Amino acid sequence: MFWASWLLAALAIVLAWPAPIILSRAAWPARAPFTAMVLWQSIALAGGLSMIGAMLVWGLAPLGDDLLAASGAFLDLLSDDASAPDLGVIHVFAISAGVLLFAHLVFTLALTFVRVRRQRARHRNMLRLLSSPSTDQPDTVVIRHPAPVAYCLPGGARSVTVMSDGLMELLTRPELDAVLTHENAHLHQRHHLLLWAFAAWRSALPWLPTSRLAQGAVSELIEMLADDEALRHVDRATLMRAIVIVGSGTPTSMRQESTPQSSQQEEPPGTADAQGDVDVPLAGQDGRGAGSPSAARIRRLLSPLPPLGRVQQASVLATAGLLLVVPPVLLLAPEFLG
Amino acid sequence: MATLGDLERTVMDLLWATTEATTANELRDAIAEAPAPEAGRELAVTTVLTVLSRLEKKGLVERERDSRPHRYRAVTSREDHTAELMHEVLVTAPDRDAVLARFIGSVSEAEAQTLRTLLGGS
Repeated sequence: MFWASWLLAALAIVLAWPAPIILSRAAWPARAPFTAMVLWQSIALAGGLSMIGAMLVWGLAPLGDDLLAASGAFLDLLSDDASAPDLGVIHVFAISAGVLLFAHLVFTLALTFVRVRRQRARHRNMLRLLSSPSTDQPDTVVIRHPAPVAYCLPGGARSVTVMSDGLMELLTRPELDAVLTHENAHLHQRHHLLLWAFAAWRSALPWLPTSRLAQGAVSELIEMLADDEALRHVDRATLMRAIVIVGSGTPTSMRQESTPQSSQQEEPPGTADAQGDVDVPLAGQDGRGAGSPSAARIRRLLSPLPPLGRVQQASVLATAGLLLVVPPVLLLAPEFLG
Repeated sequence: MATLGDLERTVMDLLWATTEATTANELRDAIAEAPAPEAGRELAVTTVLTVLSRLEKKGLVERERDSRPHRYRAVTSREDHTAELMHEVLVTAPDRDAVLARFIGSVSEAEAQTLRTLLGGS
């Protein structure tokens, strides 16, 4: 059991640092976004499990030959006040660190969930006052705003796709269909659950390369998946036109919009700076430049590559499966491997 | 059956459409004459007052305290609320990306130019 902890630690380090860096630089995920997504999920899960497992197993090693027996012995220690000559302060420290890390991950996941839900609820409330249902699309609302904007707000049965009338003016019918199919793909494929989990993973361990790279990769991959879904209904040129109009149109129109045109109504003093707020983050947004998250997605549409071969996809999926099997085996039944 | 949420919407639409402060009575009459979905609905003034106090709690409506009966007005224009909501959508922050999924973020000028050139021929 002692060396199982070292194997777990080695796995945790590989999954926290070199593996995500290599994967985030690889070109093949653009050719198999779904498979890449599965791999990222198993890297995150296996990484977290081996981090926690390494500490627990190492700390409990003096108490028993496998994790269950050792945990039982540890609980007896806690309740009985029995003495354990083999268990040093350092072991207790490792056990506590493992338990704390586990609690931290679960707590951050729950906290992110609550925060995201609250923000969505608030957004949905305002949306209900400000938008009107689309005349020809189900579960779609239109908001009066000059900037071409489209997004979806997930929320189970209350999921809704939002588009601005500025968008409807600028896009032709097929381009609009491309946008709506793209957004509906996000909702149908439950991409918000992935975003939630990886956002939590990142805020729990922000200093770890894996959590930052994983979140970036996942938000890029879901866009590719949604694009693929849109391409089943419209042709590539239409989707690209929609992207260029929405992508380059938004900041400019926002700037035009922020010159107060809303002066029909007297503005109460407290809200005087609300208009000024609008420009600041957009200026920062321009600075995203060539490395913007949209870059990979656009490159992929500009020069489409054939999907990854079956054999390669199968071997990636097998790796992902193996990653999920190894930590539990090392944790619970180390004798299998030796 | 219209819910309180639908009524909130109708009331806000009426308040946003006017610069005058309005009483609950006037609002009730306006709702009765309003086009769909509340067409011809006869509401008790107390219902309108409930909706108004909910909207006041949400910071959308303010009450003129010195008048009797109380007169209500929208705190901010519809356009400002929309701008604020869109601001929430257009700002990109890692923790906010989980809240909603936007069609596309901003595209760099170079990328947009490449795309335009390529699409120009088609």
